[in-house]
Amino acid sequence: MNVLILGATSPIAQAVAHEYASHKHDIFVACRKQERADEIASDLVLRHDVRALGAAFDATNLDAHADFIAHVEEEFGPIDVALVAFGDMGQQEESQQDISAARKIIDVNYTGAVSLCEAIAEHMLTRKSGSILGISSVAGDRGRQSNYIYGSAKGAFTLYLQGLRNRCFPNGVHVLTAKLGFVDTRMTEGLDTKIPIASPEQVGRALYNAQQGKKDVLYYPRFWAGIMGVIKAIPEGLFKRLKL
Amino acid sequence: MTKWSTKSLSGWGRYPVIQAQCARPSDRDETISIVQDAPSPLISHGMGRSYGDAALLEDGKVILTRNLNHMLAFDEANGLLTCEAGVTLEEIINTFLPRGFFPPVVPGTQFVTIGGAIGCNIHGKNHHHDGCFGDHVTKMELLLANGDVVTVSPTEHKELFWATIGGMGLTGVILNATIKLTPVKSGEIDVETIRVENLDHFFEVSAESADFTHVVSWIDTVATGKNMGRGVFMRGRYSNSTATSESGGVDRLASAIGKLANGKSFNSNLLLNRFTVRAFNEAYFRKEKKGCVKSMTNYKPFFFPLDAVANWNYIYGPRGFLQYQFVVPSRDAVREALKLVSSSKEASFLSVIKEFGDKDHGGLSFPQKGITLAMDFPNTGKPLFKLFEKLDQLVLEAGGRIYLGKDARLPSKHVAAMYSDLDTWKDTRKKYDPNGLFASDLARRLDLL
Ligand SMILES: Cc1cc2nc3c(=O)[nH]c(=O)nc-3n(C[C@H](O)[C@H](O)[C@H](O)COP(=O)(O)OP(=O)(O)OC[C@H]3O[C@@H](n4cnc5c(N)ncnc54)[C@H](O)[C@@H]3O)c2cc1C
Ligand SMILES: NC(=O)c1ccc[n+]([C@@H]2O[C@H](COP(=O)([O-])OP(=O)(O)OC[C@H]3O[C@@H](n4cnc5c(N)ncnc54)[C@H](OP(=O)(O)O)[C@@H]3O)[C@@H](O)[C@H]2O)c1
Repeated sequence: MNVLILGATSPIAQAVAHEYASHKHDIFVACRKQERADEIASDLVLRHDVRALGAAFDATNLDAHADFIAHVEEEFGPIDVALVAFGDMGQQEESQQDISAARKIIDVNYTGAVSLCEAIAEHMLTRKSGSILGISSVAGDRGRQSNYIYGSAKGAFTLYLQGLRNRCFPNGVHVLTAKLGFVDTRMTEGLDTKIPIASPEQVGRALYNAQQGKKDVLYYPRFWAGIMGVIKAIPEGLFKRLKL
Repeated sequence: MTKWSTKSLSGWGRYPVIQAQCARPSDRDETISIVQDAPSPLISHGMGRSYGDAALLEDGKVILTRNLNHMLAFDEANGLLTCEAGVTLEEIINTFLPRGFFPPVVPGTQFVTIGGAIGCNIHGKNHHHDGCFGDHVTKMELLLANGDVVTVSPTEHKELFWATIGGMGLTGVILNATIKLTPVKSGEIDVETIRVENLDHFFEVSAESADFTHVVSWIDTVATGKNMGRGVFMRGRYSNSTATSESGGVDRLASAIGKLANGKSFNSNLLLNRFTVRAFNEAYFRKEKKGCVKSMTNYKPFFFPLDAVANWNYIYGPRGFLQYQFVVPSRDAVREALKLVSSSKEASFLSVIKEFGDKDHGGLSFPQKGITLAMDFPNTGKPLFKLFEKLDQLVLEAGGRIYLGKDARLPSKHVAAMYSDLDTWKDTRKKYDPNGLFASDLARRLDLL
């Protein structure tokens, strides 16, 4: 299979890439800097003896997305699996005060993700096959004062993926929504979670298995499904009083 | 933007433990900006397998290099691998052993980074044959205190290259390195195991083993009298056979420790004491048949017996443990050291002895011609430190030195006598880092900057 990884500098994205490469699939990695993409690609080639290519893209450069995906298809071959891993948590306080900071979070996590998913889906739908793996977050399940700008962008992405799945399913294209809890990356660096934190490698394996099993929604670590079930069940009248 | 967070950090000996500001840069550019923005001192930290405070910095910042872990290029014809400094030997072995290559030098654990292997200029069982890790590094990219990245090699910025080999992370951050891997036919080692009855016997066997590429010996440092220095000598070579040894597993020592440690933290400092160690050593020695036993052994139990037991460093209890590793040119000094240790109340649980070849790199590199003995002691506090002071004296008088990668307590007054090249090394370091941006608790303790 040909696997496209968008946001390849993320440790989660690299873990997914290694998981696929270890199963002998070819990888195309894309991130903001060409040099970094080349490094990640060489690493995949050396460790797994697969074909790996790299290129630069920016999630916020919407106008370039359709051409970029066309370019990947041309250079690399038909995309069988695409991982949308890029994201930006930003800072809640800053984005409350400065709309351009909020805008950036929305542009990366939502607008950019939508734009790329649409471009990819177009190719997959004409072939009637493929998998799109979108990384969303448990933060998107309910708005909380501590990170609702990021949360709402992820929540919108979750909803988007749901719609995309609905559209793609009859046409043989699989869409996975991965709602991640805490994962040990720079995004959670210094966060005093008290809740067990997953390693990127564990997430890589879980995403691979979920894609192979054509799952619709994956909570990972799995216990987050339970936690979010409880959090979503709290009546708004009470929820608004909580400090979360 | 780099995020810093406070973590509790220690070396493998779990002594000392400090709170440090840490960051995990994910690529070279981020690492460069950390150095460019740094208002405070910095040290690199790989897998933290050095025992003491070499990779610690209490009120500065610690760069965790593990995410700089990309393999960049491989020249198969010459076995030359270029990789980022956070790649581990385990990763290299897993990737390249199937293609017929092995790291040129490995320590007693595969869980070390390339940066750490160079920073401590590690030695292995093949020192007498192949020298140190640094002998197989053909070039490095080094991030200097001023934020510049320079390529150093035995021909380019030669002086800085050799100051960085064994430089304990104090010349800059190694971003990547090119290493010459050793071609091997298999991951199996043809091993001969010989029970040695005492120290003289050890020297005899060691002298007869010069044409084995890999040599090491476990030694009982509790035994006294005619048994003093008894042990189990192992010598081997990469096997040409393509068969694989059956065990795939753990050797006896590891399984014994596995039973003790079992991955748990022991909340007692009492588990390992003179009596339990004596009993263990007796049993371990007795189990070995007299004479020479030949076998084929997988590289894992041969090189990394303890890696089979996760967190074996926890068997020493919450106060941690200290390793004392020295090298001395004379046999008499080894005998004296054994007398000191076996007549003290301190018990070294795991001890290994080996004769080094004559490769000596100067700078802060540890290996020099002579005999090296490494002993692990539970941290009993004052009495242990007293014993170490006596050993220091002995090592100094014998013209030897102790391994800084294992050290957590050497007084600074001894360093210059042990490392005769220290001033030249300091001058080179200062030339590239005049304000002492790179620092560690070890460097401060030993006044290395
Ligand atoms: C079970 C066991 C057995 C061992 N056996 C041996 C042995 O046989 N022979 C031997 O020589 N050693 C041995 N060691 C010690 C170990 O090999 C060294 O301490 C090695 O340096 C550890 O690598 P690390 O990645 O954990 O480095 P760390 O412990 O994290 O760091 C060690 C030093 O290297 C520096 N450093 C790390 N990364 C970089 C970088 N990117 N740039 C610049 N400097 C850097 C650090 O600042 C520090 O000074 C053993 C250790 C253990 C736990
Ligand atoms: N870590 C967690 O606990 C957690 C939990 C839930 C969901 N997630 C999600 O998991 C995904 C991966 O995150 P991570 O934890 O691995 O953190 P990360 O290392 O910060 O990854 C974020 C990635 O997004 C990329 N990116 C940011 N802005 C971009 C842009 N404009 N264009 C292209 N790429 C851009 C970054 O690239 P650069 O290197 O170029 O900056 C980086 O690769 C994200 O979608 C995140 O929201 C993480």
